[in-house]
Amino acid sequence: MSTELPVLKPADFASDQDVRWCPGCGDYSVLAQMKKVLAELGAAKENTVFISGIGCSSRFPYYMDTYGIHSIHGRAPAFATGLKSTRPELDVWLITGDGDALSIGGNHFMHVIRRNLDVNIILFNNSIYGLTKGQYSPTSSVGKVTKSTPRGSIDHPLNPISVAIAAEASFVARSIDVNVKHLVKMLLRAAEHRGTSFIEVYQNCNVFNDGQWDYMKDKETKDDNVLELEHGKPLIFGRGKKGIRLNGFEPEIVELENVAQDDLLFHDEKSANTQLAFLLSRFRYPEFPEPIGVFRCVARPTYDSEINAQVEEAISEYGEGDLTKLFSSGDTWTVS
Amino acid sequence: MISSTDQFPPTKKPAETVSGVTVRLAGDSGDGMQLLGMQLTNTSALSGNDVATFPDFPAEIRAPRGTRAGVSGFQVQFASEEIFTPGDGLDALVTMNPAALVTNISDLKPGGILIANSDSFEAKDLKLAKLDTSPLDNGSTDQFRLIRVPMTKLTREAVKSTDISVKLADRCKNFFAMGLVFWLYGRDVEPTLRFIDAKFSKKPEIAEANMLALKAGWHFGETTEDFASTYQVSAADLKPGTYRSIMGNQALAWGLITAAKLSGKELFLGSYPITPASDVLHELSKHKNFGVRTFQAEDEIAAVCSAIGAAFGGSMAVTTSSGPGIALKGEGIGLGLMIELPFIVIDIQRGGPSTGLPTKTEQSDLLMVMHGRNGESPLPVIAARSPSDCFTVAIEAWRIASRFMVPVIILSDGYIANGSEPWKLPDVSTLPKIEIEHPVENGKPFLPYSRDQRLARPWAIPGTPGLMHRVGGLEKQDGTGNVSYDPENHQHMVETRARKVALIADEIDPLEVDGPVGGTLVLSWGGTYGACRTAVHTCQADGIKVAHAHCRWLNPFPKNLGDVLKQYDRVLIPELNTGQLRLLIRHLFLVDAIGLNKIQGKPFHVSEIVEKIKQTAR
Repeated sequence: MSTELPVLKPADFASDQDVRWCPGCGDYSVLAQMKKVLAELGAAKENTVFISGIGCSSRFPYYMDTYGIHSIHGRAPAFATGLKSTRPELDVWLITGDGDALSIGGNHFMHVIRRNLDVNIILFNNSIYGLTKGQYSPTSSVGKVTKSTPRGSIDHPLNPISVAIAAEASFVARSIDVNVKHLVKMLLRAAEHRGTSFIEVYQNCNVFNDGQWDYMKDKETKDDNVLELEHGKPLIFGRGKKGIRLNGFEPEIVELENVAQDDLLFHDEKSANTQLAFLLSRFRYPEFPEPIGVFRCVARPTYDSEINAQVEEAISEYGEGDLTKLFSSGDTWTVS
Repeated sequence: MISSTDQFPPTKKPAETVSGVTVRLAGDSGDGMQLLGMQLTNTSALSGNDVATFPDFPAEIRAPRGTRAGVSGFQVQFASEEIFTPGDGLDALVTMNPAALVTNISDLKPGGILIANSDSFEAKDLKLAKLDTSPLDNGSTDQFRLIRVPMTKLTREAVKSTDISVKLADRCKNFFAMGLVFWLYGRDVEPTLRFIDAKFSKKPEIAEANMLALKAGWHFGETTEDFASTYQVSAADLKPGTYRSIMGNQALAWGLITAAKLSGKELFLGSYPITPASDVLHELSKHKNFGVRTFQAEDEIAAVCSAIGAAFGGSMAVTTSSGPGIALKGEGIGLGLMIELPFIVIDIQRGGPSTGLPTKTEQSDLLMVMHGRNGESPLPVIAARSPSDCFTVAIEAWRIASRFMVPVIILSDGYIANGSEPWKLPDVSTLPKIEIEHPVENGKPFLPYSRDQRLARPWAIPGTPGLMHRVGGLEKQDGTGNVSYDPENHQHMVETRARKVALIADEIDPLEVDGPVGGTLVLSWGGTYGACRTAVHTCQADGIKVAHAHCRWLNPFPKNLGDVLKQYDRVLIPELNTGQLRLLIRHLFLVDAIGLNKIQGKPFHVSEIVEKIKQTAR
């Protein structure tokens, strides 16, 4: 990331292409916040690359005046791995969706995270296949009625945050498309983190799955359903009236008027163990408020720095490769 | 280091000079036949012979001991003249057990030398090989010069002084066999002694035991009355220069490293392990000091996609695999073609379909790499013809890929990949550079899909100010590269991409014909080159009017191919498939070509092609 003062405005990051998402789509907000964040970071357009797979959100790179690849379905992490391994100085953002990352691209998603490639993955989770016009996705809940599940989905859904943590993610966060301040904060945190930064964004598809995340957004319900994580702070929600504590291995919601704050569960995003982050990822509406914020942020060597370090090591050990020496290594004979 | 002249005295028996010898070593997968074969190859090459090899092993790492399924073989021909195949009929066959004998004996020439480890022809061994009677005693081997050698017993005795266990002692048997074979053909043991020292440097007692077994085998030959003489194969008349023995996959890896150097690029390999391609990954991962980055991907798709990502960043990118993996990479390769980035896809073909015959050779992926992608997606295809040719092919593929901004597919096969032959070391300073330019901002609007005279688009790489652009799999508007659903533009782009590949024909060598005009033309591609060439020469010597031409590029074909085909009464296309090149030739040139098609997981015998040439010439 450049250390110079920001010279570009958010609008400078817009390409000349018309944005073609449906009016009212949550993707617009993420696009706007991304431009804001890049301007704030002082990112150089030429050193920024957006790579996406296939799906509505994956059109994202076309709308950014940076380098970009609109790749094939689910494979963005693999393209990024080749690019970052050879060009580690570039800032690489992956744009993906719930189908792209967790269904067809599930394998790459898991492996890029475990390798800790220094990229930022933004997963637009709308719990539906939008571009193919409304089939259930790997994050759709059981019973979900869609075009391909007229009698309700019988697939048990995946929890993206749980999957990322299980894959040894070094940075995991969640935000909401319309919560723009929070989203900006998360994007900045992701950019700052060295290693794979994974953000799940609750994003509304107003055409095929409208209102999926309303319980997290509506004024009347959001306070009881959103738990904003803060490092080192107790888990408190519901306008400061409710908290979460552990009872044995089980979390439970308590009224703060009955329980001292010190008895609550405290968030520690830097914990070397994944138990707490995983436990938080399991909080699901309506039993529990769903956390937003940073679940986990730990330091771990990145794949791109390690692969390049091995090249440097080999050069310092053997000297820069010499073809003549290579060809004549081992047994040779001469015909005169 | 042991002094070889004291321990391995030259034979006092007469030596008969022969022009070439074909030997096959056959035993259990765990018997060390591949190691023995490599040593025999290496020492023969070092003595100046021309050599060609054919390792043949089962897909299982350790198939049940003593069974026919577990037999591993290594064939080598070494000669005092130029050779192009590992030989047809065997002059000598070494068999470590009955299963190895029965599965290989049909290739031994009548009167050929059959060396058998007589200790492993007990009733239990015969039962494992599903034999009722011993082939050593039932008359079935009477037509050969059978040499019974109690190898197990003699090896145990030879290594007694080292105090190693009987189990370990028995594993030295291959070195006993090696000693005997080396003695029989007057091979130099020095390189093998060096090999033993290096390989077992941390286990001196094993090194000692292997050396003792090697020596015992050598002395057995000198002492036994079964051999009245040895055989002498003089050095071949190769072009002056420094040589080494090289295997196909190794040559491919070195060619890629060289191409990267010649173009001032760093090499990136994205690959997933698969037989018989993994050795390219292994070899490249050893040479990181050349700036090579190897990425063992989570699957074949990630492997090709990572290569495209690296190509987008400006590296020389490669992905390697075999048929099943290439099938998986299809969508990724199609994207590479659409976004017009240069990279190399290597298919080391094996027997198919599906998992097929992983360790056996076949040429059955030609039509897949030509046509096995969605949409209109022609790509350049070049095929290696021999182990050392892989080096040149890799460089040529990268030259074309980077000039035309297009993925290039290299076809090799299991036979080439694991085979070895002498390779004349190139003079690095004379290898032509590969010029690659990346554009920089020039004040004008940047058009990522503008084209030069080759129809290649500019390779603008991230980090270049002012040239930011987006690529992707959706159809592109020519020039701007913007997404376009315009019908006319789509037709134009499909035709442009095809024309670009066709234009490559201007920059590749024309088809060379070896032989007279008229009569029969034998047209080959890939690994059948050596067998076809040898067969044609054999027939020419017999007075048959036949010529040979070999297609190095399968897409585009050399420009003069059509003209060449017209000059012949008959075109014979031998292939290790059901007729894939033949289908293309018939389709493109309306030539009623004749096929010779073998789909047995094995390369052609020269004799099979000779017979077919004679039959068609009638």
